[in-house]
Amino acid sequence: MTIFRDMRATFTIAVIGILFMVLAPTVLELFAIINLTTAIALAMLALSLALVWGYGGILCFGQTAFFGVGAYAYTVAAINSGDAATAILIAVVVAIIFASVLGYFMFYGRVSDVYLAVITLTVSLILFSLIRRTSGPEYKIGDALLGGFNGVTAPPLNLPWDRAYFLFPEHVFYVAMAFLIIAYVFTAWLVRTKFGRVVISIKENELRAELLGYDIRLYKLLIFMIGAAIAGLGGVLFCNGVGRVTPDVFNLYNSALTIIWVIVGGRGTLIGPVLGAFGIFYLTSALGTQSTINNNLILGIILIIFVLAIPKGLVPTVRDWMIERKDRRIQRVRERRIRTRRTRSSTQNAEGAGE
Amino acid sequence: MNKGEIVLETRNLSMHFGGVRAVDSVNFTIWENELRCLIGPNGAGKSTFFKCLTGQIRPTSGDIVIRNLQVAGHQSHEISSLGVGIKTQVPNVFDGLSTEENIWLSARRWHNTAHANRLTTQTLDRLDLGGIREKTVGRLAHGERQWVELGMVVVTEPWLVLLDEPTAGMTYEETLRTADLIKTMNETATLIVVEHDMQFIRMISKTVTLFHEGKILMEDTLENISSNPVAREIYLGQRSNKLEQ
Repeated sequence: MTIFRDMRATFTIAVIGILFMVLAPTVLELFAIINLTTAIALAMLALSLALVWGYGGILCFGQTAFFGVGAYAYTVAAINSGDAATAILIAVVVAIIFASVLGYFMFYGRVSDVYLAVITLTVSLILFSLIRRTSGPEYKIGDALLGGFNGVTAPPLNLPWDRAYFLFPEHVFYVAMAFLIIAYVFTAWLVRTKFGRVVISIKENELRAELLGYDIRLYKLLIFMIGAAIAGLGGVLFCNGVGRVTPDVFNLYNSALTIIWVIVGGRGTLIGPVLGAFGIFYLTSALGTQSTINNNLILGIILIIFVLAIPKGLVPTVRDWMIERKDRRIQRVRERRIRTRRTRSSTQNAEGAGE
Repeated sequence: MNKGEIVLETRNLSMHFGGVRAVDSVNFTIWENELRCLIGPNGAGKSTFFKCLTGQIRPTSGDIVIRNLQVAGHQSHEISSLGVGIKTQVPNVFDGLSTEENIWLSARRWHNTAHANRLTTQTLDRLDLGGIREKTVGRLAHGERQWVELGMVVVTEPWLVLLDEPTAGMTYEETLRTADLIKTMNETATLIVVEHDMQFIRMISKTVTLFHEGKILMEDTLENISSNPVAREIYLGQRSNKLEQ
């Protein structure tokens, strides 16, 4: 059974994550750690889409909208309040409110599938155009200038009890990794609750879920909002890793990239898209150092290979392969046992006949 | 006929698609503990009527009253939440989940986890689905999928059950078992069954409603309908011999 399985695998992954969190700064250089923080932020975005698309069946092509909104909300709130903890809270709440308004019209209006993808992508692109045009001094929220194309410098995280103490990049890495692990365990738990199972059932068959008496509009809206909250938190981590937030978070490239992470990592798993985000992030960084082949061309080829050859994605494919191998091994052991038993009994018979 | 309390009633119910009157001013009444079959040739409006009752489509005009509650235009989940069990024509099941999970999700709508677990096990035993308990429903045979869906209806212990062609694609043995199940359900619930299979209707039916061109043509026992020349002409046509079997 897939969804009734216990959470042992989740905790194993969480422990590996914690070990990584503790050990990475002792091995890696500062630059690598800063880079890693950005990758973690993107993994958070991947996790949110893994939940919304992989489990909720909602193909949100503009998951980056919530990521970007979270990043901007954090930056603006942090500049105005001077306190990171408040700003993080505001960023998550703003992302949730934004998703609730957008989601309300989509789900209660029964917009589905491809239209939903188009709407969410469009919303993201609208934000892109909108924020790009905010370069004048008149575009400011409180003390925060939006800065148009150049974006805004994000104030770094500070200690919740000491506004004057800003965290070092290593500490930001710890915070980011901790958030990712918590979000991962939370989502893994969520999909196993009644709520999560109903959400999965809606993905499987909307009509049946409705005929059982579940208000599918509400469930979809809620999972969409939870996804937005995680993406928003990812946005907070992102602007802390990069140091600033620009309208580029809303662009088409990033929207598509998020989808690619999930496809490559595997829909229907949570860790898959997270690994997908890490993998592709480091692949593009590595490719960025050479100039023979265009970066996007390679990304495109990877996407095509996955869609055609490994449509389930990396993690589900490996998992299925391991299960199959285990089954085969059990089968082989069983056969061998039967064979030995037969040989033994036939030898005994032969001996009996000999006497 | 026994006339207890009216469970479901439609008044001048109409569903038009452009110029086509799929359901045309239908007045339909069903009393408590009745088991009613809806029959009619293809395109008679049975399925459209069924979809109006279950909230899958919003009727053009008219009323649907379930236990004194006006439900025309309500969402499917609202109608189902009244305690109505619904099975659609094409099995609507959760293909990616196991038989047990399918039935559990239905039970969990009404009960807490412990009770839902208990009811699920009971229903699996009752419908003899233990053998396919952990199998993915998408990989089951058509008849088995129908039974999983019936299990999802049974487990909620509904007081009104709406079934659209419950035996489609079933073997003879499965059809017999379904007839038994429906009779058992009828002990505690009122049932409306849309059906094509005359043999099956003969097994279960008390009163039959005959639809024709979006209207109710007659409402009687199957014997009377099958001996009625008008009914034979419009419904049965070339299939009249099938009725006589």
